[in-house]
Amino acid sequence: MTATAAKRLSRINAINWNRLQDDKDLEVWNRLTSNFWLPEKVPLSNDIQSWNTLTEQEQQLTIRVFTGLTLLDTIQGSVGAPVLIEDAVTPHEEAVYTNIAFMESVHARSYSSIFSTLCATRDVDDAFRWSEENPMLQAKADLILDRYRAEDPLMRKVASVFLESFLFYSGFYLPMYWSSHAKLTNTADLIRLIIRDEAVHGYYIGYKFQQALAEASPAHQEEVKMYAYELLHELYDNEVKYTESLYDGVGLTEDVKKFLHYNANKALMNLGFEALFPSSVTDVDPTILAALSPSADENHDFFSGSGSSYVIGKAVATEDEDWAF
Amino acid sequence: MSQTAALDTEPATRGELVYFSTRSGNTHRFVEKLGLPAQRIPLNRDDPFLRVDSPYILITPTYGNGHLKGAVPGQVIRFLNDEHNRGLIRGVVAAGNTNFGAAFCLAGRIIAEKCQVPLLYRFELLGTPDDVTEVRKGVEEFWKRQA
Repeated sequence: MTATAAKRLSRINAINWNRLQDDKDLEVWNRLTSNFWLPEKVPLSNDIQSWNTLTEQEQQLTIRVFTGLTLLDTIQGSVGAPVLIEDAVTPHEEAVYTNIAFMESVHARSYSSIFSTLCATRDVDDAFRWSEENPMLQAKADLILDRYRAEDPLMRKVASVFLESFLFYSGFYLPMYWSSHAKLTNTADLIRLIIRDEAVHGYYIGYKFQQALAEASPAHQEEVKMYAYELLHELYDNEVKYTESLYDGVGLTEDVKKFLHYNANKALMNLGFEALFPSSVTDVDPTILAALSPSADENHDFFSGSGSSYVIGKAVATEDEDWAF
Repeated sequence: MSQTAALDTEPATRGELVYFSTRSGNTHRFVEKLGLPAQRIPLNRDDPFLRVDSPYILITPTYGNGHLKGAVPGQVIRFLNDEHNRGLIRGVVAAGNTNFGAAFCLAGRIIAEKCQVPLLYRFELLGTPDDVTEVRKGVEEFWKRQA
């Protein structure tokens, strides 16, 4: 048992949410609690018909992908988020991690809701057996669990952010792909709720990482940064193999890799580090991004539009009430 | 505390950047990388109020849970509620995360609509090197066209 854990067993103070050391704790707590959801609120049974239009191979792929995601959520709910509690610097940060841990368990549970609604028990049992035997999936779990046992709290946070913001995405790709083809759209709604949660988790753990890193010596900062990029490369190499093993059969591997690059960059940014992959390899199929953001499909790069096509409006007086939504 | 994030190595373009960044500092880093003159909207209520005196492009993160309410940071609302400040805004650049789906960079869309200025660009988190290049180039050309 670590010293922090031992200390916790001897003394703990009542948490006062009206005395904050870090405003971010309350802000994120509020975000997370207002995002709360359960799989029962998503009408998954509306996807039964759609599920039956998938080929046997596509069904097997989908069940395997979701089983892989279940494993990651299980790790994060039972180990990943709880280990961070020991490293928390405020009582409110501890409370936020308890929320994160619970929601990860909700995510893990929700894949079983999808299975029980859409799939045959035998196929699901096969997929769980597959997950225990798939070397790349097991390697992914081992790489992360190994870092969660690290001595340095900074390194635990690095591993946690990579799980939250990078490792899920080889799996998230598939329901977004189905959704872009108007298949399993209710399942996709549920996955989007998970994706939204993971964004807040990655952001918050990354924020706490950056706060702690700022306190470290320059030499240690450099060491942690090198460690982060090394771990990302290691995870990435494994993730490519995992992706190939899953998606080669349906011919989607290359596009999934772009999605991996895109999300690896975001994971690094959550840690405050520079993006690694250039835009030439992060050009994810626009229909996947559109599936991620169902109604945010308007052109958002004004600069690249033709220079004469815009009209500058003059600022009209707005009142304070205008801002009271 | 308002501060100038960027280096004053280049001659000032016609307009300025005004930005808001929380303690996480994502937007602050993006603005630093742009290397253009910029003023920061103060984080704390007790800090001196920022009043600008030339046209500017606003760079803001998006807050909240994907709902309209709370998407624009309160500090940015206070800054724009000042009629003088609001009259000088010419465009908005927003940061966000596509994980929030339809609410991606929602703050930018709300401000663009309220203030009748174009939403110029959207980027994620602290922005990639490509985002920095695009926005730097775009901002410079924008002010030239304004001249």
